[in-house]
Amino acid sequence: MNSEQILLEVKHIEVRRGGVRVLEVPQFSLRQGEVVCLVGPNGSGKSTLLLTLCCLLERQAGALLFKSLPVAGRRSILEFRRSTATVFQEPLLFDTTVYDNVASGLKIRGLSRQEIRLRVEQNLDRFRIGHLAGRAARKLSGGEAQRASLARALATEPEILFLDEPFSALDPPTREALLDDLEGIFRDTGIAVVMASHDQAEALRLADTMAVMRQGRLAQVGAPADVMNFPADEFVASFVGMGTVLKGRVLQTEQDTVQVAIGDKIIECVGQAAAGRQVILCVRPENVTLALPGCHDGDSARNHFSGTIARIIPMGHFLKVELDCGFFLSTHITHHSREALGLAEGSAVAASFKATAVHMIPHA
Amino acid sequence: MDLIFDGIGQAIVLLCTLDPETVRITLLSLQVSGAATLVSLFIGMGAGISLALADFRGKSLLVSLINTGMGLPPVVVGLFVTIFLWRNGPLGFLEMLYTPGAIILAQAVIATPIVAGITVAAIQNLPRNLRLQILALGATRIQMILLLIREARLPLLAAVMAGFGGVISEVGASIMVGGNIKGYTRVLTTATVMETSKGNFDIAIALGIILLALTFAVNYILTHIQQHDRPR
Repeated sequence: MNSEQILLEVKHIEVRRGGVRVLEVPQFSLRQGEVVCLVGPNGSGKSTLLLTLCCLLERQAGALLFKSLPVAGRRSILEFRRSTATVFQEPLLFDTTVYDNVASGLKIRGLSRQEIRLRVEQNLDRFRIGHLAGRAARKLSGGEAQRASLARALATEPEILFLDEPFSALDPPTREALLDDLEGIFRDTGIAVVMASHDQAEALRLADTMAVMRQGRLAQVGAPADVMNFPADEFVASFVGMGTVLKGRVLQTEQDTVQVAIGDKIIECVGQAAAGRQVILCVRPENVTLALPGCHDGDSARNHFSGTIARIIPMGHFLKVELDCGFFLSTHITHHSREALGLAEGSAVAASFKATAVHMIPHA
Repeated sequence: MDLIFDGIGQAIVLLCTLDPETVRITLLSLQVSGAATLVSLFIGMGAGISLALADFRGKSLLVSLINTGMGLPPVVVGLFVTIFLWRNGPLGFLEMLYTPGAIILAQAVIATPIVAGITVAAIQNLPRNLRLQILALGATRIQMILLLIREARLPLLAAVMAGFGGVISEVGASIMVGGNIKGYTRVLTTATVMETSKGNFDIAIALGIILLALTFAVNYILTHIQQHDRPR
């Protein structure tokens, strides 16, 4: 990573509230044009980190560098805020027209009337709300209001855009449409974005980097595919939806295949680990195949277990099946497969998955 | 009943002929109460906004004290302002007692907690994150306060109305610190009290009608602004 590309960097920041440390981040950086998505359950510190990054929340320790220069003191904080923009979950529009709302950040900066009109019109069009310019902000629908809020933020032409769960109050179709537009805008402007979200789908769609948070710390930072497929620990694994997360002990490693004991069963996975080591195994539900008992001879999957179906949960287009194979195993199947195999709760089945589908995490 | 109808008839004559004494009393009332409201706006809004934005121990106690102050009995204010302005009182050197300035002072003391109390409520009623949003837009602290005032302008107008309505109609403090001196500190309320006690009901009724009309006019104008200011 080229250090010249780094736009924002924090070192050893800490935020305390009422004597309790609610945020502790030793290092975090944002490159030019990078879209970082902070994900995590409620109360994991996403918003706290986001507000600390945009200097709206005071930090008790640590440094924040914008283009390698420290941001501290009233003047540099104001300058930093004027180089960035923040959009919250609620649109927080002013009680005036949409046009004046989008213009407000520019008026604060004291821009000329013509410049303001140019930028406002450009951003109203960009978010497809040009026809609402004269409308009272209070009378907008949720989606329109959030578009106005985003237009207000981008009208200031920020170098970094901070988004604090901007879509979570919107209904799914409205959110989809807005996500589509934002995706295009991020691509066209090449703006750096930090976005907090509790929805991994949003993160997968928009983010170059996914940062999973837990209890005020960064649990894992990496490309979304890496985080989803190679979670760093048990928490990240269960958060990113690894259907099956099992604790086990390494029996032996042979030709890059590790045998792990889960109770009295043995699961094979790919890798190297010392015998006796405690590990966590993760298997995505979509990687587990079901068959009727006794019909999986001769496939390349290394792991075969017989079990019974404990629960079948409808998930819309597919079904989630929870198996008891002596350990818990979760899989997804189609409605079609269920009918073809005649599966029901209590049915005996054979489950299989490849050793390469198992992600192994050393357990602390 | 004759008493009432005669009184009203006389009052209408007084109003229509623009009786100079009545006009003078009316103008002084407007000036004094207007000035007192203005003073209370500066102090009350300033205090209200800083209180709403600040975060410290004992804030809720202070807010309750201000809310209690919204109902300060004018005679109590009159009593203490008189004591302060008394010749050998703490502010005696100002030689303000029995001047219009004294009335302004007393009325400002009455109106300030009203304005401050409504201001605190108005600012605290804005969304919690609005302040952060304004700062995030790059506003300085002063710009932020001006934007918050603009956002809370409707309840703040209510504060103006409540403050002015409270002082233009109060009589206790005005009579105590002003002394109801003819042509100098005689205002609508004090004159009404005096004329009523003298049995001059026609003049008293005329003054009463003016007082009602004034309060109505001021409130009507402010309400009009409130209702028509919203973009649609």
